[in-house]
Amino acid sequence: MLLVLLKSIPSFLRFRLITREIYFAGVMSLIIILVSGLFVGMVLGLQGYETLQKYGSESAVGTLVALSLLRELGPVIAALLFASRAGSAMTAEIGLMKATEQLAAMGMMAVDPIARIVAPRFWGGVFSMPLLAAMFSVVGIFGGYLVAVVFIGVDEGSFWSQMQSSVDFRYDVVNGVIKSCFFGVVVTAIAVFEGFDAPPTAEGVSGATTRTVVTSSLAILGLDFVLTAFMFRGVS
Amino acid sequence: MARNRGDVTYVAELLEVERQKLMATLPLIEFKNVNFSYGSRVILNGVDMNISRGQVIAIMGGSGSGKTTLLRLIGGEAKPSAGSVSVAGRVVHELGRDELFKLRRKMGMLFQFGALFTDLSVFDNVAFQMREHTNLPESMIRDLVLMKLHAVGLRGAHHLMPAQLSGGMARRVALARSIALDPMLMMFDEPFTGLDPISLSVIGGLIRRLTDTLGMTSILVTHDIQESLRIVDYVYFLADGVIAAHGTPDEVRESKVPFVHQFVHGEIDGPVPFHYQAQTSYSQDLGVRTESGV
Repeated sequence: MLLVLLKSIPSFLRFRLITREIYFAGVMSLIIILVSGLFVGMVLGLQGYETLQKYGSESAVGTLVALSLLRELGPVIAALLFASRAGSAMTAEIGLMKATEQLAAMGMMAVDPIARIVAPRFWGGVFSMPLLAAMFSVVGIFGGYLVAVVFIGVDEGSFWSQMQSSVDFRYDVVNGVIKSCFFGVVVTAIAVFEGFDAPPTAEGVSGATTRTVVTSSLAILGLDFVLTAFMFRGVS
Repeated sequence: MARNRGDVTYVAELLEVERQKLMATLPLIEFKNVNFSYGSRVILNGVDMNISRGQVIAIMGGSGSGKTTLLRLIGGEAKPSAGSVSVAGRVVHELGRDELFKLRRKMGMLFQFGALFTDLSVFDNVAFQMREHTNLPESMIRDLVLMKLHAVGLRGAHHLMPAQLSGGMARRVALARSIALDPMLMMFDEPFTGLDPISLSVIGGLIRRLTDTLGMTSILVTHDIQESLRIVDYVYFLADGVIAAHGTPDEVRESKVPFVHQFVHGEIDGPVPFHYQAQTSYSQDLGVRTESGV
């Protein structure tokens, strides 16, 4: 990790290397993020309405959808999807480059593979993750709105006004973004490490890809608990 | 204005010229009593070898005899456990990272299956080193890349991706990429593996022609006896971690050394046995009692 950070300067001097990785890790993950966000938001709207209407509080469904997504589900599910889609791809790509001697060839050309291959992918993932999580939450809120307001008929004014009065920018939005930044660092660090460390065989690359998804998922869920405990302690 | 013979710069220039003249007479690569092991498994055991400039050298030997390890030692990818490997007068494993990378810029290596960067086009693969190590304008890089590709007969394939190339074409693109910065030393790791006879002959011809044209030194690690003996100047045979034999192609063809004879003529049994050594006899393994009791 320290090595990657130390060797990141050339990547920032040639930012197009990072831009390219943002495209592969971020832009190419958009479809799965947006579609998943929409459905998660729709389910939240439906379940939220079902529960809240028993207490006559169905107008609070907007608050429930927004807080659930911004604080937890947006960063966590987006990170899990990111680990499965982009993290596994990063590991497989770097692992296969190693297995087919591309990294060795680069080294023999006096080009450091960590600076040229690993660092741009790491930063591409780190920059993409918070943006993907934000988009997941936005589309999720829209999904909740579709179900609760458009399909079920909850009052639109109540839906938005309750959400506006309950959601705090500092505690809810910013903390959610901070969480997704942490997840971005953890997932991409695991992905590039597993790829670079993979045994140069078909079995080795396959095992490394699996380890990326499993380790990242556990790390995301564990880290989420720790971050939540620090961020939302004593906040109503 | 005439140069002042007492000028320090002038003296330094003279010394540099003399140093380069002296270096030109010395071997480009020197192996001095080199030992190398993977854990407890000894790969090289006291290898001594000198490789002169401007030659094409073949290193041959059975699988796992340490041929590729020799290339890794020259490139500084591995360090000998004893002895030293020098390239152009510099002991490779004593160099720091920056010095090693500076030396590697004067080397090229062709890997067994080319090792082309699969996310870059043929053009970008050949341009890779120029973009990484030089500040040449893109127009000049374009001309140089097309010249290198033309030298290997693939100028017309510059727009293709590696996945669209045949094995022989990929090897030729990798060769063009390796000579992008006109190296003084080229290393070829099994350059003929898996090639059809035409591609094999093309690659062999290119190795010889480019070595002569660019004034390089080339080292081939190969199993292909016929093609190698056609193009190389000198051959080293590696067996049991030492140089078992060496000589010119004609000397190798006529050699009576058992290992070399078996290798050159592809004999099934000999110093390299057909059967892997077993702990028990064949009849014991099959549970058969023989008259001799064996």
